Amino acid sequence: MTSIAAPAIRRTSFNTGWQWVLPPLFFLSVLFFYPLALIVRESLLGHGRSLSLSHYDAVFTSGLFQDALLHTIVIALAASAGCLVLGFVLALVLSFVAFPGARLLARLIDTFIALPTFLVALSFTFIYGSAGILNISLMHLLHVRLPPVDFLYSAWGVILAEVTVYTPFVLRPLLASFSLIEPAQIEIANSLGAGPWRIIRQVILPAAIPALLAGGSLCLLLTTNEFGIVLFISAKGVITLPLLVYDQAVQEFDYTTACVIAAANIGLSLTLYSLYRMIITRFGGFRAGLV
Amino acid sequence: MLVWSRSGRIGAWLLFSLLFGVIYVLPVAVIAIASFAGQWNGVLPSHLTFAHYARAVHSSLSAELRVSLITGVMASAVALVVGTWAALALRKIYGASRLVLDIVFFIPSAVPSVSVGLGLLVAFSRPPILLNGTIAMVVVAHFVLTSAFTYGNVSAGLARLGPEFEQMAESLGARPGYRLRHVTLPLITPYLIAAFSLSFALSMGELGATMMVYPPGWRTLPVGIFALADRGDIFESATLTVLLACATLAVLVGLSYIPTRAASRR
Repeated sequence: MTSIAAPAIRRTSFNTGWQWVLPPLFFLSVLFFYPLALIVRESLLGHGRSLSLSHYDAVFTSGLFQDALLHTIVIALAASAGCLVLGFVLALVLSFVAFPGARLLARLIDTFIALPTFLVALSFTFIYGSAGILNISLMHLLHVRLPPVDFLYSAWGVILAEVTVYTPFVLRPLLASFSLIEPAQIEIANSLGAGPWRIIRQVILPAAIPALLAGGSLCLLLTTNEFGIVLFISAKGVITLPLLVYDQAVQEFDYTTACVIAAANIGLSLTLYSLYRMIITRFGGFRAGLV
Repeated sequence: MLVWSRSGRIGAWLLFSLLFGVIYVLPVAVIAIASFAGQWNGVLPSHLTFAHYARAVHSSLSAELRVSLITGVMASAVALVVGTWAALALRKIYGASRLVLDIVFFIPSAVPSVSVGLGLLVAFSRPPILLNGTIAMVVVAHFVLTSAFTYGNVSAGLARLGPEFEQMAESLGARPGYRLRHVTLPLITPYLIAAFSLSFALSMGELGATMMVYPPGWRTLPVGIFALADRGDIFESATLTVLLACATLAVLVGLSYIPTRAASRR
């Protein structure tokens, strides 16, 4: 009897399912996929009447675009690498070197996700800017008249700010995966004579690989898309793709060029997103908390 | 424990404190000090003042905070409804179509905010839908950018929910609507609150899409903060950043006090 009833139940639930998913799908299609499609259409059409790749040709060969693409990739790679290193070190101490308040500190770092990203960029002006705390202190100490530290208004300023903002996205999955390591495992390794470095290399690091991959690829996506930090630091010559889209659309009113750059930027972001999805599907549950 | 020796431990703590202090405490502390700074020519400000706060309260900037709060609540509420609906509906779909739809609902989180704003400008400045220049543009932009996070949070909650409660309700004769209202939704309330909190926080800090689409008279606080910083009024913009962060965290803390049935049962 069950063998007859079961397919019937599955079929009805399948039908009702499709019906219910349509309203949110329609909503998202009108507000998100339709605008996305129009970006692609505008990038191919421009002011002309026929589809052509001529706008892409013009944009892709321009030095401005190539610079922005290079900056976007270099900044994203460097910032993500920084997030991985910093996140790993912080998670290691938080998980394996017991100290009072470790949990509270982990939660405090986590609340950074809730703060606007430009907060860090703005604070860097006061800390590392040419009239900031660090430079003034060094000028007093070293008796020099010019600010000795001058990395803020370069790609380095952007990278350091992004490391600060996006490390929590590596820390979250790392802490989750470290909590699964049996303390006995480490104690046994230790009693067999393995030092801390060897335990990190041979026990902890292998267990952390999925979390590092998930967190790192998410950081790569988020740093590629970051706008607020780059805008606030507004370093001379450090223009990324999102900033270039903004410049072309809002400052130059050149929507066709803006759409070509946006389409390229979206293509890059979706590639990185597929990478992230593949990693979390391949290695299982360690989603980096957000997406 | 990884480090047994006392000196090793102290070393690890020192390294941690240094990193944590320089990277997380210092920026927040400096922004907080700057918001009170009268003049800051030395290592520390020469004197502290409430003048920036007084000016912020009396200027148009408190209007910008209101705009941000209203936009955040509206966009997050819509995102909560749409994301929860999508997550619930997807439970009834199996196989490859489920995977495709899952990706469809996640994709908005992968697209850069500026491009979302550009898309809205291009799409809604022409018929059939004319929204350019209206408040709706800002709310729609914030909704699009946060919907995936709501969807993700709620589907994570649903995935952790065992089927037995709903099956029991069903076996007792509860209709689907009743089951949803009295069993499923109460059980996932913590995730609904987390989803709303996250999208609200993201909306409060949103800059890229808003800068593309905001109409005159509906300027959010982050846009106002950037305008000030761009003009060189960095102390004023630090003050407003502190106000923005405090307002956001106050709402998040308030939301975390909402009693949930799942929590009271534990």
